Amino acid sequence: MATEKYYVPESSPWPLTASIGLFMTAIGGAKFIQQSTMDTMEPNFFGKPLFFIGLAWLLLVIAAWWRDTIKESVGGLHSNQLGGSYRQGMLWFIFSEVMFFAAFFGAMFYTRWLIIPWLSGEGSNAMTHELLWPGFQAMWPLTVTPDGTTTTPMGAWGLPAINTAILLVSSITLTIAHHALLENQRGKLIIFQAITVVLGVIFLGLQGLEYVHAYDMGLTLDAGIYGSLFFLLTGFHGAHVTIGTIFLFITLIRVIKGHFSPDNCFAWEAGAWYWHFVDVVWLFLFVTVYWL
Amino acid sequence: MSTAAATHDDHHDHHHAPTGLKRWLFSTNHKDIGTLYLWFSFAMFLAGGFMAMVIRAELLEPGMQFVDPEFFNQMTTVHGLVMVFGAVMPATVGLANWMIPLMIGAPDMALPRMNNWSFWILPFAFAILIGSVIMSAFGDGNPSAPNFGWTFYAPLSTKYGPDSTDLFILSVHMMGISSIMGAINVVVTVFNMRAPGMTLMKMPLFVWTWLITAFLLIAVIPVLAGAVTMMLTDRHFGTSFFDAAGGGDPVLFQHIFWFFGHPEVYIMILPSFGIVSAIIPAFARKPLFGYASMVYATASIALLSFVVWAHHMFTVGMPLAGTLFFMYMTMLISVPTGVKVFNWVATMWRGSMSFELPMKWAIAFVVLFTCGGLSGLMLAITPVDFQYHDTYFVVAHFHYVLVTGAIFSIFAAAYYWLPKWSGVMPNKTLGELHFWNSLISANLLFFPMHFVGLAGMPRRYADYALQFADYNFWISIGGFWFGLSQLLFLAVAVLCAMKKGEKAPAKPWDGAEGLEWEVPSPAPFHTYDTPPVVK
Repeated sequence: MATEKYYVPESSPWPLTASIGLFMTAIGGAKFIQQSTMDTMEPNFFGKPLFFIGLAWLLLVIAAWWRDTIKESVGGLHSNQLGGSYRQGMLWFIFSEVMFFAAFFGAMFYTRWLIIPWLSGEGSNAMTHELLWPGFQAMWPLTVTPDGTTTTPMGAWGLPAINTAILLVSSITLTIAHHALLENQRGKLIIFQAITVVLGVIFLGLQGLEYVHAYDMGLTLDAGIYGSLFFLLTGFHGAHVTIGTIFLFITLIRVIKGHFSPDNCFAWEAGAWYWHFVDVVWLFLFVTVYWL
Repeated sequence: MSTAAATHDDHHDHHHAPTGLKRWLFSTNHKDIGTLYLWFSFAMFLAGGFMAMVIRAELLEPGMQFVDPEFFNQMTTVHGLVMVFGAVMPATVGLANWMIPLMIGAPDMALPRMNNWSFWILPFAFAILIGSVIMSAFGDGNPSAPNFGWTFYAPLSTKYGPDSTDLFILSVHMMGISSIMGAINVVVTVFNMRAPGMTLMKMPLFVWTWLITAFLLIAVIPVLAGAVTMMLTDRHFGTSFFDAAGGGDPVLFQHIFWFFGHPEVYIMILPSFGIVSAIIPAFARKPLFGYASMVYATASIALLSFVVWAHHMFTVGMPLAGTLFFMYMTMLISVPTGVKVFNWVATMWRGSMSFELPMKWAIAFVVLFTCGGLSGLMLAITPVDFQYHDTYFVVAHFHYVLVTGAIFSIFAAAYYWLPKWSGVMPNKTLGELHFWNSLISANLLFFPMHFVGLAGMPRRYADYALQFADYNFWISIGGFWFGLSQLLFLAVAVLCAMKKGEKAPAKPWDGAEGLEWEVPSPAPFHTYDTPPVVK
């Protein structure tokens, strides 16, 4: 330990260029959203085109950045020390993601336990109810909002239950793949990781189908707080499944290229942790959003 | 494999540092990135200070003189955002970048490229935010910059927010990405890069306080990201998070915001505690009194910070049980904070004190931060808060903890470590002028705010009743005086950067402790690429 040299990477153009990409994505994104949702905004270059250029730029830079990192890893420059930094960094990143979801779950419980009872007059809020929306009745899911918008709740035991099963199975197949990786059984690893990726894609397909059903039955983003919470929670979860699926797909390609060994497999394990994280988030979602 | 070969060569040649623009733009060096952070934060400090002077110019006399109320609102909003996210936070991240690897005997931050990305996001994020102010002042049709206060409460920021709110939301997302990456880097560096023998309970307190700050950042910045995301969908996609007509609640915004916002204020002050805990022992020539209790107090403050958020919203209406809970929890924070203040005082007790510049700032910090802490204790008492809420008393309180607290300690840190960063001692004459002018003007600026606040002057208004005119005149004078005094620090910093001044030895302060003083001044481009052994 005392004689091992630390690895400090060469200077790199990617952080700055990634920031430029983020800059374009942010400005373009804000304008794109305004131009596509507000009648007063005329579409111009500083909207949709800038957003997509920025996004493509950002993705290219990240790809180039990770290509450098992979080269260093395959070139044997990564010490165990750096592996530890990567692992800890990934775990803290996942913790930050947990807190992002916590904001939306917190909003849901606050809505269910406090806002809706208060709007219907509970506690010291009798006059709030009387003066604002005297006809409002507390319920969850909130199918009739105070201003009278109606919606239909999404049941738990159709597609969502199937999706739960798919994600749970995918966590198992991924764990089998993980053991195969640690025991150097490449064939088994590739098969089970490929199954996991396919399950991820199926999950996303079914989730898309569920959204179509939801819109057909009147459960929309603008149908009051239930729709807001439903779509933002499941939508951000779906976005994370998408990232996780891409992550696993890329590590699958790297497995096929022979990049990983039982003692040099950080990226693979990071992808696996991420996948288990989205799985756990889904279980909370299934219980609190769909079921109870 | 050319990358590999080149990187390897670099390891053998420590005297060869990259030169020119590339050195700064593409840096993976914690010292250069720290320097970038510090200069950036100082630039933001001046920009935010300029906005504060616009505010004080308008409030110099009752009535409307210089700006219209709409622009005044934009000034208070962006002043707050720039100071919190652009000045204080990046300054402490810059200090962390420079000092943590030196203090724990690490060659660099754990993830150097990500470190550079954390920095380079910031200029772009603030270009968006400040760009909207420039557009508002000079642009075609003067489109409004964010004007809803730095806390951007719904529905001011949702239903009634100007178009620039969306740009603001995405710039907050960018700042958040930067903060989270920076914080992960600190945590990983501290846990994974310490030199052999540097056990957790041997770490300098600055490292401890930053470790805990970084934990807070990782925990609450994503919650802020959630809040601004809900704002964005409420504004454009018809969701009802903050709209009671759809079953949501504007108060929900305040809960989410302050769940982030209260830990955020500790994010700004905890590194200051670490700085002062390094400086006071150095100039009292005694070890820090109660090291372990300092660590536990910092951790207690951090944990309590998650359960006090609603003390910012006592007047908004909450069940009595909630109000009482948040009141008692808030008061509980004064216990670990008091432990810290008493420890600093006990460290000075019967020490061989000398009063070099860093020590002056540190003592000013202890006294004035305690003033801010005590007015905070007053604000924590719910029934009293009903009187103080949204008055200048609150403005006085948080400027005492943030200006004479956080910013004074950052100046203390700068004067303490500038010899290590630049290799020359900061200019004493300019430094003394900077300190005394800042000290007197800051108190002239903020102390009378207590009085006008208690007398009922509301914050965030462009005009006020005649009875407040005298105090406001002096507050404004203090404001201009304090703002202009900071140019003295610009001179100090530029002189150091140009290496003009008395050459600094490796350890310019005889009582200072820590690994950072064992490397030469200025610290070489690469330090500790083989770890030192800590006894």
